[in-house]
Amino acid sequence: MTFTLFLQHLANALSLGSLYALIAIGYTMVYGILRLINFAHGDVFMLGAYLAFYGITMFSLPWWGALVLAVVVTAVFGVGLERVAYRPLRDSPKISVMISAIGASFLIENLGIVIFGGRPKGFPVPEVLSRVIRLGAVSVQAVSLLIPAFAALILAVLLWVVNRTKTGMAMRAVSTDLDAARLMGVDVNKVIAFTFGAGSLLAALGGIMWSFKYPNLSPLMGVMPGLKCFIAAVIGGIGNIMGAVLGGFLLGFIELMTIAFLPDLTGYRDAFAFVLLIVVLLVKPTGLLGKRQSEKV
Amino acid sequence: MLTIDKLSVHYGGIHALQGIDLEVPDGKIVTLIGANGAGKSTTLKSIVGLVKNSGGSVSWNGETLTGLPTKDIVERGVVLVPEGRRVFPNLTVDENLTLGAYTRKDKAEVAADRARVFGLFPRLEERKRQKAGTLSGGEQQMLAVGRALMTKPRLLMMDEPSLGLAPLVVKMIFDIIREINKAGVTVLLIEQNAKAALEVADYGYVLETGRIIFHGKGRELLADDRVRKAYLGEGE
Repeated sequence: MTFTLFLQHLANALSLGSLYALIAIGYTMVYGILRLINFAHGDVFMLGAYLAFYGITMFSLPWWGALVLAVVVTAVFGVGLERVAYRPLRDSPKISVMISAIGASFLIENLGIVIFGGRPKGFPVPEVLSRVIRLGAVSVQAVSLLIPAFAALILAVLLWVVNRTKTGMAMRAVSTDLDAARLMGVDVNKVIAFTFGAGSLLAALGGIMWSFKYPNLSPLMGVMPGLKCFIAAVIGGIGNIMGAVLGGFLLGFIELMTIAFLPDLTGYRDAFAFVLLIVVLLVKPTGLLGKRQSEKV
Repeated sequence: MLTIDKLSVHYGGIHALQGIDLEVPDGKIVTLIGANGAGKSTTLKSIVGLVKNSGGSVSWNGETLTGLPTKDIVERGVVLVPEGRRVFPNLTVDENLTLGAYTRKDKAEVAADRARVFGLFPRLEERKRQKAGTLSGGEQQMLAVGRALMTKPRLLMMDEPSLGLAPLVVKMIFDIIREINKAGVTVLLIEQNAKAALEVADYGYVLETGRIIFHGKGRELLADDRVRKAYLGEGE
């Protein structure tokens, strides 16, 4: 393999890692607040991609207009999902909430098949994004450069919100001690709704940018990325935003580099995530950046 | 004035509070003492709406608190310092205090209150950029009280503030409770350290397995034989 080819793979790994990171953040934020794995997160990702698709094809919106609209609608959907599927079970045993999450996931997937149709659709990738850019000997699609840049920007905004704003402070407080936050007058429902909105917004962005790169939509398109990004969040240390980013990039790099160096393993590419998960859980069960949490009584 | 009227709480099949009546007059320190599991914490939690009651009611200056969400109760100035401090370990001391003022919009007054908290607990000011999780137990209790003061409480309820603290720190916490009360804040105090609590309190209630078994002025209860035997470890 030549160095040029390596750089080519690196560029791809960087954009795939960015997408994984964006989606993994949604899992980790919701888990941090509610100790809940939102199994429907991958399906929210799918929804974001479809909404952008219809924005462009049915309503003839410019791609960026469709993107903004789809992201906003998906965020609202995420807030609604929490309201309907999770809030009524807030005081129920964890297992009930988990089952509700799995049910929500199946429901969204199958509604997707009914409404969007089961046959895959080609995403109309705008020409500006699919154009090939040459950087020296390396040629990459514009979208492969746009994705990491955009992901970095989003991450910076998110970290600012979490660490510097009052809402972010309330989120951090709720994630460590929900009842104590309530005793300070924090409206816990609002904080949870905000978290779901932000997570779904990131998933929609991830889904749309995913479709720019892999322009093939199907109602089950969120299942594998959803599963992998859940793994990325666990690898990084679930509940920790930087951990989710690290896990996402790690997964993207390992996946693409293994294929690059060992092309014979290409057929197993979806298995790498699980192998990595097993290894990390054996070596450091709390994830790379996770801290041991004592169970509250 | 806080008025509790025939308050009942069930946990599953357990009748934790069996219709208690209790009053906390404005400007006073009232204490609720009793053994482990008597229902002291449950009483406070149901006042602030963390625990749902199965009967009776709680009212504050004539307004019913029962059924209100916790944030609305906090906004009315009825605030609980929970058992075991429960400061936010991953937030700095400063952020913990800011969170106490979460519902308040009066920025100038919040700043003044922060200065007052630092006046009461200079140690907190020295450590204001430190994560609360790195503080000692005594400092965390100071922070828990300071954080509650930032909510601008009119009734401050404290659940076992002396638990697990060194005697010197306990004395300091009780001095602070007196001071806060002198500044016009009504106090409802729960303690296993019945002697210290009754010494500081104007009025005391004794709770046993979900019922108030007797009540009276702090000094009277201190002198009462039944209280001395059961809760102060004296007599026989």
